[in-house]
Amino acid sequence: MNALTTWEIALHIIIQFAPVWVALGATLAVSIYYKDRLGLYGHLFDSSVGTIGLILVLFWVFTAIFADAIVTHDALAQISGMKNKRPGTAVRMAAEGAYEFYLLGGDNLARDIFSRMVMGSRAVLIIAPAATAFAFMVGITLGLPAGFRGGRLDTNLSFLANLVLAFPVILLFFLLVTPEIRSTGVPIYLAAVLFLFPVVFFVVLFQSRFYTQPMKRNIYVGVTLVLGLWAYSGLAFNADPLNVFYMEPNLLNIFVSVVFVNSPTVYRIVRGLAMDIKTRDYVSAAQTRGEGSWYIMLWEILPNARGPLIVDFCLRIGYTTILLGTLGFFGLGVSPESPDWGMTINEGRKLLSIYPHLAIPPALALMSLVLGLNLLADGLREQSLKD
Amino acid sequence: MWFFILKRSGVMLLTALCLTFVVFFLTNLYPNLEKLAKTQGNQRMSDAQVEQWLDDRGYTQPLLVRYGEWLGVVPSFRFTKEDGKTIGRCIKPAMDPVLAPNFCGVLQGDFGFSSVFKDNVSTIVGKRLGLTGWLMLFVMIVMVPMALIIGVLAGMREGSKLDRSLSTFSITTTATPEYVSGVLFIVIFASSAVGLKWFKGSSASAMTDITFANFTLPVMTMAFYGMGYIARMTRASMAEVMTAQYIRTARLKGVSFPNIVMKHALRNALIAPFTVIMLQFPWLLTGVVIVETLFNYKGFGWVLVQAASNNDIELLLSCSVVAVFVVLITQLISDIGYVFLNPRIRMS
Repeated sequence: MNALTTWEIALHIIIQFAPVWVALGATLAVSIYYKDRLGLYGHLFDSSVGTIGLILVLFWVFTAIFADAIVTHDALAQISGMKNKRPGTAVRMAAEGAYEFYLLGGDNLARDIFSRMVMGSRAVLIIAPAATAFAFMVGITLGLPAGFRGGRLDTNLSFLANLVLAFPVILLFFLLVTPEIRSTGVPIYLAAVLFLFPVVFFVVLFQSRFYTQPMKRNIYVGVTLVLGLWAYSGLAFNADPLNVFYMEPNLLNIFVSVVFVNSPTVYRIVRGLAMDIKTRDYVSAAQTRGEGSWYIMLWEILPNARGPLIVDFCLRIGYTTILLGTLGFFGLGVSPESPDWGMTINEGRKLLSIYPHLAIPPALALMSLVLGLNLLADGLREQSLKD
Repeated sequence: MWFFILKRSGVMLLTALCLTFVVFFLTNLYPNLEKLAKTQGNQRMSDAQVEQWLDDRGYTQPLLVRYGEWLGVVPSFRFTKEDGKTIGRCIKPAMDPVLAPNFCGVLQGDFGFSSVFKDNVSTIVGKRLGLTGWLMLFVMIVMVPMALIIGVLAGMREGSKLDRSLSTFSITTTATPEYVSGVLFIVIFASSAVGLKWFKGSSASAMTDITFANFTLPVMTMAFYGMGYIARMTRASMAEVMTAQYIRTARLKGVSFPNIVMKHALRNALIAPFTVIMLQFPWLLTGVVIVETLFNYKGFGWVLVQAASNNDIELLLSCSVVAVFVVLITQLISDIGYVFLNPRIRMS
C-alpha cells in the first residue's frame, strides 16, 4: 500500500476525530441556543476570543473522553518496521481489521505518534484540573481567614507563602520529584497535609451555613466526612479498604508537588480579594445580623470573589499543563512508558534535526490546549468585567 | 525609607535561611547520602559499611549541626582514622590537618567540592553563571524592548484592531512554553531535513564564541515565552493610563496623539511593567534550565540538571543558594524600585 499524501493524512485525521466533532457540535449548538439562560458561560459566546478558547478546550476535553474510539493503534504497541517512519506510512503487513496507516508516523520505538498524542491528552486533562482544584481548596481555606482577619495569622501565613514562592519552581521539582524521595515519605507527609484541605473546606462550608438546622447539617457534614476521609485515606496513604481511591506513588509525588507549587499563588489572590471585599456593605450587614466569621467568609465573600477566581482557575490549569510538560521534559513524568506529552517531546527532541515529526504533534497539542485555556480565561475576564 | 529597606533585607535574610535549610534537608535525605556513599566509596558496600562511611565523614550528625557546619557557624567535623590520618570537611587533600581552619562554610566562601566535576563548587558555579549571564543579557535585550513596544502599541488604543491582534499574539506566546517553541524553532530554522537552515540547532559552540547563527535560537526561545506576560501587563497599565483625566485634558488642549503617548502616558504606564520585569527573573530560571538542556549550552541551568541527576549534593546546594538569592534580590529591587518610581506609594 502507498503512503498517504498530506491532504489524505489531514482527511484521515479529521475522520478519526469524528466523535469529537459530533460532541463539539452538539455542545455548541445547545449552548448557543440556550445562551441567554446560561449566565457567564452564555455570555462567553459574545466574544470571539472566548468562543475560540472554549472550542479549543472542549476539543481536547472530548478527545480525552473519546480517546479509545479515536486512536488508530494501541499507544504502547510497537509494530516492527515502523521505526521513525514518515507521517502517512502504511503499516507493513497490517493485521486483518487493523488500521492501515501510521497517520503521523512512528516514533523511535515504532509506536504510532497519532495514538500517543491522543492518549496523552487523558493524563493531562485529569491531572491538571484536579491539581488546580486542590490548590484552590488550599489557597481558599487559608487565604480567606488571612485576608479577612489579618493580624498575626496573616503575617505568618504570608511569610510561609512567600517562602514557597521564592523557591524556584524547577529546583523544587528536581528536589521533590525523585524516586529516592519516595522512600523517605516526604510526598506522603505533604499529601497528608494538602489533601486534608478539601475535607476541611467542605465541612466548614456546610457547618457554617446549616448549624442552625442540625438535621440538615448532620447529613451534609456526615456525607462529606465519610466520602472525604474515604478518598483521603486512599489517595494520601493508599489505605483505602475498598481500593477505589488509589494513586501510583510516582503520580502522587508529581500531583503533590504541583499542588504545593500552585497553592501560595492562589492564597495570595484569595487573600487580596478577601481584603478588598470585607469592606463592602453586605459584609457589615452580615456582621450586624450576627453571622459567624466563617459564614461571612464562605457564603458572603467567596461567592462575590468568583469572577477573578474562575478566570484564574482557567489560567492556572494552563499553567499546570505547562508544569506537567516541564516535568515530563526532564524525564520526571508519570511513568516512563506513558504517552505523556512532555516526555514525548523530550524523546523526540534528540532526533529533531533528522525526524522532526516525532516531537511536533505533542508540542502543538500542548500549545493548543494551553492557548485555548488562556483565550477562555481572557474571554471570561472580558465578560465578567461587563456585568 | 532606610527603615523599609532594612526591614525588607531582614525578612529576606530570614527567608534565605529557611529556604537553604529546606534545600539542605531535601538534598541530605538518607537515600541521597546512601547513594553518595556508594558512588564515592564502593558500589557493593553493605549497609553497615555505608553507615561506617557516613559516620567517618560526619554525615550522621544531627541535621542542624551539619547545616551549621555548611553555613560556617559550627566548627567542622573531624575524624582520625586508625592509621592516624585526620580527615574532615575543611582539610583539603595535601594539607596539614593542624593548619586547616576550623570553620569552612558558605560564610567563609567555601562552597565545598563537587563530586561529579571534581572541582571546587565555587569555580564551577562562577564559570557557568558567567555563561548564563550572556544568555540572560541577550534575552533581556531582545525581550524587554519588544514586550514594551507591543504592550504600549496595544494599550494606547484599547479595543482597536491593532490591540486585538497584538493581544492575541501575546496570549499565544504565553501559551508556548520553551520546550514547545524551542522544538518548533529548531524544526523551522535549523532542521537539516525540512528547515530553512538559517541557524544552528545546538549552541555548544556559543560557549566560546557567540555568533548570530548559534545564539539566536536559544535567545529567541526564551524571549518568546517571557515576552507575552510583560506585554500584557504593559498593555493593561497603558490602557489604564490612557483613560486618566490628565490625558483627556491633554487631548482637549489639542496635543497630538503621538505626543500624548510619548510624553504624557509612557512614563506612568511603565511603572507596573518594571516590577513585572524584575519578578520575571525567577521565572527565567526555569526557562534557562530548559533552553540550556535543549540547545546544549552548558551554563548554570545545565549544571543544575547535572547536579540534580547525579546526586552531587554540594553542587546542588550551591546552585540552590544562587537561585534563591537571585529570586530574593530581584524581589527586593522590585519592591524598592516600585516605591521610588511611584510617588503615590508611601511606605508605612
